[in-house]
Amino acid sequence: MSDPEIGLELDCRGMLCPRPIIELAKHLTDVAVGDQIAVVTEDIAAGVDVPAWCRMRDQEYVGADNAEDGVPRYRVRRLS
Amino acid sequence: MTTYLDSASGEPLHPAARAVLEQALDAGYADPRRLHGPARNARIMLDNARAATAEALGVRPDEVTFTASGTQAVHLGLLGLLAGQARRGRRLLTSAVEHSAVLHAARWHHAQGGSHDELPVDAFGRVSPDTVAQALGRSDERAVVAIQSANHEVGTLQPLGEIAAVSGEHPLFVDAGASAGRLPLPPGWSAAAASAHKWGGPGGVGLLLVRKGARWRHPFVADDVDQFPIEGESVPLALAAAAALQAVVAERDELNRRQFALVDRLRAGVAAIPDTEVVGDPVDRLPHLVTFSFLYVDGESIVGELDRRGFAVASGSACTASTLEPSHVLAAMGALTHGNLRVSLGRDTTEDDVDRLVAALPEVVGKIRQDAGL
Repeated sequence: MSDPEIGLELDCRGMLCPRPIIELAKHLTDVAVGDQIAVVTEDIAAGVDVPAWCRMRDQEYVGADNAEDGVPRYRVRRLS
Repeated sequence: MTTYLDSASGEPLHPAARAVLEQALDAGYADPRRLHGPARNARIMLDNARAATAEALGVRPDEVTFTASGTQAVHLGLLGLLAGQARRGRRLLTSAVEHSAVLHAARWHHAQGGSHDELPVDAFGRVSPDTVAQALGRSDERAVVAIQSANHEVGTLQPLGEIAAVSGEHPLFVDAGASAGRLPLPPGWSAAAASAHKWGGPGGVGLLLVRKGARWRHPFVADDVDQFPIEGESVPLALAAAAALQAVVAERDELNRRQFALVDRLRAGVAAIPDTEVVGDPVDRLPHLVTFSFLYVDGESIVGELDRRGFAVASGSACTASTLEPSHVLAAMGALTHGNLRVSLGRDTTEDDVDRLVAALPEVVGKIRQDAGL
């Protein structure tokens, strides 16, 4: 489902750790401060590593839901 | 020459064990349960191994059993306590950061119809005594509580004195694999397990401790066997393991001080690398072990690159595990699970070894990040 709150959704399906986190880091600045960026991936490490990345990089972890095809989607709000 | 920094996976054989092992291989070949002369020799050696191990650990000789591996000791110890309580309850509580040998036994117990709850830990990987007390309070059933002495991946010590106090009548199983020999055994256990090759004994020797009077029953044989029908230990290996344990215990005050300071040095040096997490308790920890996580780095690349540069280290990252599942320890702590590096010092590790690793890491990590396009 498309979510108006999400400024950019990164398709990281099929990628293994730490590739989804690398994509997240590369594309964070593609959204404005205060907007959300989301990572869509089956990589189960992302469930731990996206929140850990947010903690280490001082960004806000919003939470997890699912993309239209059921693949987990991890949402991050850019704070800086 | 390789700088070996993976003693938590297996410590090189202690020199004190080597001499004993060579002699014991010649004299200890017979089955110690037979009635002839060579068997009596083997029996004496096995009894000596048990007595020396008991003395080094501060336990009774009849509480010591040698097994074929640490994993076997964990399975027998934990499942044997559960079997001993079966009429009172079939609950098992473990921390979420136990060694996989404990968690595999817990899953087996669950598959047999028992219950298993994993208790959460804090960001250092420590389980709180309050968490244990609350979990025990949720049921009137008798439970077995299984908590490690120290975490094998991040080094954090568990508060077992307090956990034993809140556990009361519920028997405690302690996986002491990460700390045995290095630190005194924690108090309060009904059964405990360890592995000799983690203290400098030979591989293929596990240690099972069952407290005198504990309700323990062999989990895999018939009910009428109430003694310890655990046979098949290697007498020479057990004796060598005991010799190594005695030597390690005698040396540990000085060695622990030195290793603790070297790990402090390593933690400080590596923390200076950007986007790096130093994982585990900085103070209340094992003396010889530390784990780092480097953002954007995959475990296989960093282990491979360090291997090429002459450093042997371990990683708990998913990218290095056959399952592709992240380390359950790091996940339970909420720590970054990729780019994970576990460094564990040996008794011969020098300040120069640590400094060379600290010097190599920024370049190794930087190159992997650069290759990833960052």
